Amino acid sequence: MIRLDNATKVYKRGARPALDSVSVEIERGDFVFLVGSSGSGKSTFLKLILREERPTGGDVYVAGRHLNKLSAWRVPHLRREIGAVFQDFRLLPNKTVYQNVAFALQVIGKSRHHIQSTVPEMLELVGLSGKEKRFPHELSGGEQQRVAIARAFVNHPPILLCDEPTGNLDPGTSVGIMRLLDRINRTGTTVLMATHDDEIVDQMRKRVIELRGGQLVRDQDRGVYGLERV
Amino acid sequence: MRLRFILGEVVNGLRRNSTMALSVVLVTFVSLMFVGAAALTQMQIDQLKDDWYGKVEISIFLCPESSRNEQCAEGAVTVAQEDAIRAVLEDGALKDLVQEVYYESREQAYDKFVANDEDGIWSSLTADQMQPSFRVKLADPEQYQVVADATEGLPGVDVVRDQREIFSELFRFLNAATVVAAALAAVMLLAAMLLITTTIRLSALSRRRETQIMRMVGSSRSLIQMPFMLEGAVAATGGALLAVAGLFFGVRYMIDDWLRSSVTWVQYIGTQDVWSVAPWLLVIAVGLAAIASVVTLGRYTRA
Repeated sequence: MIRLDNATKVYKRGARPALDSVSVEIERGDFVFLVGSSGSGKSTFLKLILREERPTGGDVYVAGRHLNKLSAWRVPHLRREIGAVFQDFRLLPNKTVYQNVAFALQVIGKSRHHIQSTVPEMLELVGLSGKEKRFPHELSGGEQQRVAIARAFVNHPPILLCDEPTGNLDPGTSVGIMRLLDRINRTGTTVLMATHDDEIVDQMRKRVIELRGGQLVRDQDRGVYGLERV
Repeated sequence: MRLRFILGEVVNGLRRNSTMALSVVLVTFVSLMFVGAAALTQMQIDQLKDDWYGKVEISIFLCPESSRNEQCAEGAVTVAQEDAIRAVLEDGALKDLVQEVYYESREQAYDKFVANDEDGIWSSLTADQMQPSFRVKLADPEQYQVVADATEGLPGVDVVRDQREIFSELFRFLNAATVVAAALAAVMLLAAMLLITTTIRLSALSRRRETQIMRMVGSSRSLIQMPFMLEGAVAATGGALLAVAGLFFGVRYMIDDWLRSSVTWVQYIGTQDVWSVAPWLLVIAVGLAAIASVVTLGRYTRA
């Protein structure tokens, strides 16, 4: 589903590479934690997959596409195959829960009929039935993140990228979010989650990829966060 | 769905950014007014040329009894010389350029002169002191110089005059007015374009969250950029429509209602000429907005 072959990213000529010759393969339906301290290359890793950045060396394949060769006008089609969730939720404050989720379908040209049937289904999946008309500021952090997940997953992308989705949430709420991600993973969706949250990684016992200084230092099935914890 | 979405975004954007949108409308309005005024002035000049040059003749004055001009040192023009000149005009290389040739004798010139001399200041003149002349009507008035070169210097020709010289001052003035209007228009158009650029940029910045999410969920670049482009285009088109209205009423009140009744001997342009300029103003407005969009959007809604 996602494959990096010696992927290298150098932002500035002569600077230390943000990602240094990383090779990794993530299969369809995998649940993978991407761990590492700040500046270890996690963000660059995700950006290469979203093709917000192009690798300066090596190859990146996502959902059957060779991203090195992907032309700019095809990028939107790639992004429709990847749902993305962020630490800061990125909801539209002037739209309701329903409208926020519907927005993702509107802007890729889905019919009104499709939207009207899909959005309530998705809100039910993330446990927000009955809160369709609330605005983001009327929701708790955990609920806002559920809206964001609903928006990312409403088009049923085969890949879900999560960048510190629990970073702003307390542990109890985080557990709920992780259950939700696990449920989505069970539908066959590949989930790649960058995180600092050692408790969650240790509890879930999923595959762990660790980056340090841009290099892949660990790729472990059913792993834990790491021995030398910060 | 998409169309509704785009239109909704355009309306939203214009409303949220209404002061900027209004300033775009006004600046485009004024600049296109100048463009239109320059175009209409040129049309008026063409109209006058068509109208007047058709009536205008070249006068080839022939040597009188006594002239200080060296050309006429041998005295008054002879009949043989007159025939030779007529032959050059009517049968020579000039045949195609010349439409008609009248001969004005000394007596005819004298009668005309006396008729115009109401105060009798020149009553001491006699017919003998007048100059006979050929009045030549050209097939193409612009070809004056060719005819003048061919006849000037022929034996018996005193001087060749083009009556267009009378109008050239007026045309020079109108042309200068066109240049001034066009120069102002150019400056204003530049201002309009910069303003549209700023408006689009502000609009894009104020909706960065939306465009960011749109990029993230994979909406196409054109759908992301279209609302901003349309916003600029709508505002600029508004300005163009105001400019057309301004020109229309300008022509209506200045020319139709005022000049046409007070200065009657001129053929004026009319409101129908405004309609022929209008589409171009719209094209300029939309083009302006398009250029501004291309310059701005690449940077602010990057894929």
